[in-house]
Amino acid sequence: MPEAPTRASRQSMPEQAPADRITNFNEVPLGYSTGQALTEASRCLQCKKMPCVAGCPVAVDIPGFIALVKAGDFAAAARKIKETNCLPAVCGRVCPQESQCEALCVLGKKGESVAIGRLERFVADFEREGNLAEKPTVSVPTGRRVAIVGSGPAGLTAAADLARLGHEAHIFEALHEMGGVLVYGIPEFRLPKRILKSEVEALQDLGVTLHTSTVIGKLDTIEDLMTEEGFDAVFVGTGAGLPTFMGIPGENLLGVYSANEFLTRSNLMRAYDFGRTDTPIAHGQRAMVVGGGNVAMDSARTARRLGAQKIILSYRRSREEMPARAEETHHAEEEGIEFHLLTAPVEFRGDENSRLRAALLQKMELGAPDDSGRRRPVPIEGSEYEEPIDVVVIAVGAGANPLISSTTPGLEVNRKGYIVTDEETGATRGDRRHQPPRRLRWRRHSHRLRHGNRGHGRRPEGGGGNGQVSEGGVTSPPGPR
Amino acid sequence: MKTIVAKEEIAPQTYRYVIRHPKLARKRQAGQFVILRMHEGGERVPLTIVDSDPEAGTVTLIFQAVGHSTQELAELGVGDKLLDLAGPLGKPTHIENYGTVCVIGGGYGTAPVLPIATVFKQAGNRMFGIIGARTRDLVILEKELGEICDDLRVATDDGSYGVKGFVTDVLAQLLAEGNKIDFVLAVGPTPMMRAVSVLTKEEGIPCMVSLNPLMIDGTGMCGGCRVEVDGQTKFACVDGPEFDGHLVNYHLLMKRQGAYKHEENMALSVGSHCKIGLDD
Repeated sequence: MPEAPTRASRQSMPEQAPADRITNFNEVPLGYSTGQALTEASRCLQCKKMPCVAGCPVAVDIPGFIALVKAGDFAAAARKIKETNCLPAVCGRVCPQESQCEALCVLGKKGESVAIGRLERFVADFEREGNLAEKPTVSVPTGRRVAIVGSGPAGLTAAADLARLGHEAHIFEALHEMGGVLVYGIPEFRLPKRILKSEVEALQDLGVTLHTSTVIGKLDTIEDLMTEEGFDAVFVGTGAGLPTFMGIPGENLLGVYSANEFLTRSNLMRAYDFGRTDTPIAHGQRAMVVGGGNVAMDSARTARRLGAQKIILSYRRSREEMPARAEETHHAEEEGIEFHLLTAPVEFRGDENSRLRAALLQKMELGAPDDSGRRRPVPIEGSEYEEPIDVVVIAVGAGANPLISSTTPGLEVNRKGYIVTDEETGATRGDRRHQPPRRLRWRRHSHRLRHGNRGHGRRPEGGGGNGQVSEGGVTSPPGPR
Repeated sequence: MKTIVAKEEIAPQTYRYVIRHPKLARKRQAGQFVILRMHEGGERVPLTIVDSDPEAGTVTLIFQAVGHSTQELAELGVGDKLLDLAGPLGKPTHIENYGTVCVIGGGYGTAPVLPIATVFKQAGNRMFGIIGARTRDLVILEKELGEICDDLRVATDDGSYGVKGFVTDVLAQLLAEGNKIDFVLAVGPTPMMRAVSVLTKEEGIPCMVSLNPLMIDGTGMCGGCRVEVDGQTKFACVDGPEFDGHLVNYHLLMKRQGAYKHEENMALSVGSHCKIGLDD
């Protein structure tokens, strides 16, 4: 044994090489080896104050599970995570750990934080691949029924927590597959569908009933669920399912996609496998993605895999302000995506058949900070230039889909259409504004549902545990902090 | 649930399916549609709900086997089950007693007209009806619309039945006869809806049309079905499918409908393509 107890460096993630991965839709990061996981776990200081836990929206006992990894009991580590998080394989892959748990890791202050997300993924994969998951325990049935609208991260988490508390949980999903944005939005190369499917199936073991192709607001309204269908409460986790367009000329030309459409075609409908599947998608030669978030990176990398020769990413601010995870930006660059920073399209131009042929891009410079605290992009007059493209994906954010709010009389929504809820209880008609989610942040709310909180909410009668589903009411997850 | 309980070929390549879905049968309203899927890897196919029987718990769909997916749908039979059936989607038809209403259906677009004609009749309107088709064999729902309409006329392109000509010729004739028409609803091929819109605009008659752009989720999530109405972008799946015909950008609609013509032809020429490796 070496005598010098120098701390190992953060273990890097083995990945498919860029030249290989752009020819397939297989997952890019390959996962830690057992040796890497043990080494990485040994880096954890096991801080008493556990700052990392405070950064986790669902308060996973991070030092606890890492100690079990270090001890080599990977299955027990997976069980430890699952005490508060029913989606470890998903979260280990797509949670923005660098701005949550890992951002607060003491090691990160002077060097590199512990790779918490990678360890989470490792133990979740170990448990799944070894078929080691144990039948979860649930509380005595309470006789209470809760309808969950939407099967994205919020809905799946709420369902698991409610089922554990002994409530009868039903998830209603409008699309034909469970997972919400995890299935229509996040590409296979970042989150393989079989992994999501496995975590959704685990919910069924908890007794959760799944209803696909059931559009709440249409087949049943929220009120129908509470009256005709006899639910005691409804949890609305419908996400940000409304595409944002830019309102510039040429946006309805052929070849102009919202990110939601582009990714839905490729992911949910598997258009990348057209011929064996039936839904087509445009395979551009010169593609452009507008935006600088994770969805923009996913879109650009999808376009690359669909065969585009040149892919431009137009972002109106500088690299510093890019909201995408550093890892995703890095992956995109490795795959040859060209970043046109400080630019924004002002017009899309088509040919005589209304097919997109070019974008007119305008250069920007950064001015004073705006409401978001980021420096505001200011157009430079006369800087416009034409960029020939045949596909564009608009990934500049998403809004609240009005399907629920427009069919639920009395439901209070804010200026942007997000449901207003009570800050403490999540019950509707409070004063909290919603914003589009960053994956797990929405899930913070269901954590509160489970653990209860200081006051206000009413407990389900006969409830085992301290669920916080407001009786006879509707709850909805709050936005990110 | 989702089982086909009756199937009938009502015209060449045009089928009427009765499908079991009790809640949908109870909740759907005129003008709404469903999205269905037949197998893993299959497209999401939007179809208008033509009728429902809340007591039997069934809905009726009519479609023409014109594309790859509708041809696959036509291969199913009684007892077969759809993989997915989501609905009712879209806004229901706005019902009002306008006085005299003329409903116009072109080809298999006549099918969506039937439920709308039914509710307009119930609202107390005097009803004219026009069915247009390429040829006699393709005229559908004449009997059913005949029972609703006080005056139903048929036009065929080749003159093999009814008036020789287009539905607009018949509409012009109705007006020339001195009939006062207060409202027109037209569903059919996009060029037909455009022609009806042009004529009714000239005549100062309000006209609604039901649009069928390409669509995926049907809940307003993807924006693939966007259409331009009065210069504004609308999503046909949630803002429609019915819009003011005088304000629709038909040129753009037709272009967008043809966005994947190449791929569709590819799928058709391959026919029942290889499904090895798919889950089911």
